[in-house]
Amino acid sequence: MLDQVAQHALQVHGEAWTVKELFVLPNEYIYWSIQIVMYPFMTGLVAGAFVLSSLYHVFHVEKLKEIARFSLVFSFALLPVAMMPLMLHLQQPFRGINVLMTPHFTSAISAFGIVFLTYASIVATELWLVYRQHFVLSAQALQAKQNRSVMDSIFLLIFNCLTLGARDLSHEAIEKDHRACTRMAGIGIPVACFLHGYAGFIFGSVKANALWMTPLMPVIFICSAVVSGVALCILCYVLVQEIRKFMAKRKMSRWAREASAPTVAELDGAEHEEVLLASNYLLYFMIAALTLEILDLIFRGYTQVKSWDILRKVIMERDFFKIFILQYTIGNAVPFLMMSLPGRTVRRTTLATVLVLFGVFMMRYNVVIGGQAFSLSFAGFMEYHLPIVPEDWETFKEGLFGALTVAATPFVLFYFINKVLPVFGMKESH
Amino acid sequence: MKRRDFIKNCIVVIAGASVPLSALVMVDPKKVLAANPEIQWAFLIDTTKCVGCGFCVKACKTENDIPFNANITRTWVERYVFTMDDQRYIDSPKGALYGFTDSRVDLGMGEFKEIDPRNVGKAFFVPKLCNHCATPPCTQVCPVGATYKTDDGVVLVDRTWCIGCGYCIMACPYAARYFHPTLKVADKCTFCYHRITKGLETACVNACPFGARKMCNIHDTNDRNTQVILRERVGVLKDDFGTKPQAFYIGLAQEVR
Amino acid sequence: MKNHVWRPLYVVIAFVAAILLFRYFYVPKDFGSGARGFMYAFHRKSNEEDWKKQPVKYRDTGKQKMHEFCGKCHGKEVKVRSEDLHGVIPCENCHGPAFRHPDEPRKLTIDRSRELCLRCHTSLPYTTSERKRIPGIDPKTHNVGLECVFCHNPHNPRLADRRGQ
Repeated sequence: MLDQVAQHALQVHGEAWTVKELFVLPNEYIYWSIQIVMYPFMTGLVAGAFVLSSLYHVFHVEKLKEIARFSLVFSFALLPVAMMPLMLHLQQPFRGINVLMTPHFTSAISAFGIVFLTYASIVATELWLVYRQHFVLSAQALQAKQNRSVMDSIFLLIFNCLTLGARDLSHEAIEKDHRACTRMAGIGIPVACFLHGYAGFIFGSVKANALWMTPLMPVIFICSAVVSGVALCILCYVLVQEIRKFMAKRKMSRWAREASAPTVAELDGAEHEEVLLASNYLLYFMIAALTLEILDLIFRGYTQVKSWDILRKVIMERDFFKIFILQYTIGNAVPFLMMSLPGRTVRRTTLATVLVLFGVFMMRYNVVIGGQAFSLSFAGFMEYHLPIVPEDWETFKEGLFGALTVAATPFVLFYFINKVLPVFGMKESH
Repeated sequence: MKRRDFIKNCIVVIAGASVPLSALVMVDPKKVLAANPEIQWAFLIDTTKCVGCGFCVKACKTENDIPFNANITRTWVERYVFTMDDQRYIDSPKGALYGFTDSRVDLGMGEFKEIDPRNVGKAFFVPKLCNHCATPPCTQVCPVGATYKTDDGVVLVDRTWCIGCGYCIMACPYAARYFHPTLKVADKCTFCYHRITKGLETACVNACPFGARKMCNIHDTNDRNTQVILRERVGVLKDDFGTKPQAFYIGLAQEVR
Repeated sequence: MKNHVWRPLYVVIAFVAAILLFRYFYVPKDFGSGARGFMYAFHRKSNEEDWKKQPVKYRDTGKQKMHEFCGKCHGKEVKVRSEDLHGVIPCENCHGPAFRHPDEPRKLTIDRSRELCLRCHTSLPYTTSERKRIPGIDPKTHNVGLECVFCHNPHNPRLADRRGQ
């Protein structure tokens, strides 16, 4: 027990991917790595997708009808994924429940459980209101079916539960659904903004970190959240529409063979209209996000407080490529031009949304990793090396494959959720 | 009343009654402290006496069962070397666990800097540890109440409750916290709580042959170390963060951060 | 409350009630804010006792308190050594932590390594530091490969004194 010298040097959390340069305090490592980059990125997508869907539900932008339903379901699929990176980065993931059990409300993180669950219930409620009719009709159809297979019985049970016993499909009842839905979406917008703004607050309120500590952080995070969410919705919407067009052409799917199926031209028209309108909103939010980010940078450079010496070295020298080339040029300026130059097409917009998503990801990366790129002593630097080949569980989850797992999960979830909440081909919904 | 309504009402009442009101009660710490002035632990570091032997780091790691060779430490010693041509070199190899046995300064990434002895201006050692701040940002940001300040002024971590989110590590301006390599929870200096509550000094104070580290109860004005803190010109680290550190330094240079 | 659109709310309320019920059994009863208030002292009270129960390993209290622990058995030795040149160094720094000595460990492992001496006696050219008052050597040239205790008495390392003895 006391024979310490023989002890093998243990790997400390963070040691595997941190390289220290000049004077860095002994306990300093890049403790928050790629999963914490994924966390605000994924939360941002949730919030952004919800805001886009609310544009239709609250402000009745009729043209966004299709993409609105899509983004609402997609934001529901993204929800568990916003929590995933947090759980993955915890050193004690099984104690994660403690956040709900003994919330310490002076901590920005403690609100997570409560805000997150509030938001989840709002999205779920809105979905229920939108899809109640579908649940009831599906349940009735399955009930009426003569010889039900096992799958049918399971679905019948699911749909029966999902109706929550509210099977009234009268015109009045449906009207009530619509009104409640508008109200829920109205409540949802501030909660969505809060969910993400508070992710910004988690960083912005860390007074020990010179790069993070700015009251602009929550606002910057909200704006870039909406940007990324709208961009992802446009991108996925276009992809799904392309697949549908492909299937309509070949009459591949069951719905495509029905008489009432939309033709390729119809699909094309709807796609064009919705994408261009949504990308307008994308542009507005991009302008807001960029303005705030640049303002923050200029302000730091102009006021030149104590931390500026080391921040300048990080921003202007060490991370120059990541910040100014990858984030601002490729992730912001190029897609901005692509979308604002005249003669905009769906294809060009789609390509721009890919770049926008990359830009927002790089922004999260540069904030989270960049904030830990310098020592608290202001006399040294830390460099982050993303673990690619996993050697153990820790380098897996805090490495490239951990991040990819998180990124892929919403699509898998969306596939399954879509079985119960079909996004397309629902005629009777509002 | 129908059965369904009854169940509904019951659920509403249960939910309302179980809201944790106790968690929301706020107490003004100043008022309470004024009423209980017995013990407030404080630390006194005389940088002019430190020779950088690192016995304190060794004793701390042994006393507190911190994996000895792991590259984290509850306390550490920094070396500051200023040259006559206005260069500044700082290092703390392994937190000075084995002292400073090399005249070259560690620049990280396997590089070392040999400094011409004639060029050396001021050079000194600064021991560091958790400052046990009066308003610790680390406990403020803990989402689950796993880290806290005791009534006698020591900041501790509940190893059975910590979820390992790392927020406290991020919030500490002194980098006094880290993840324990085997227990996987946040860990930090406890002022050797098991020793000071038994009337012993902390392991690091005990191990220092030169009297560079001292501890005292800041409310005990008869204590010699308390008198030093109250009567001499002592400084604290990074007071601009508003953390009100309780580790006081003699002979602090403004370059020490 | 007859309106069907309220039904999701009941689900949410049931969910919240379930969480609160679970919380009631899961959270230790002594969890609460201490005298310092919610912001800085929201914790499980019994954890303070957990920390107090940690074992003490370095038992001796040093020269100021006349080596209370070591002196109990090794009184004569302690008295002599305290007057030596290295008398200011606590016994356990080199002899190792006493822990439950003499039960466990029965015999302390003494660190006689060169590295231990070099902690203080590596020559560093720092005129403004207390280090300048300690005699220093260059470990790369001073009797490389030899343990210091080969020539120097660790308690009283001055070679002139040794010759006198």
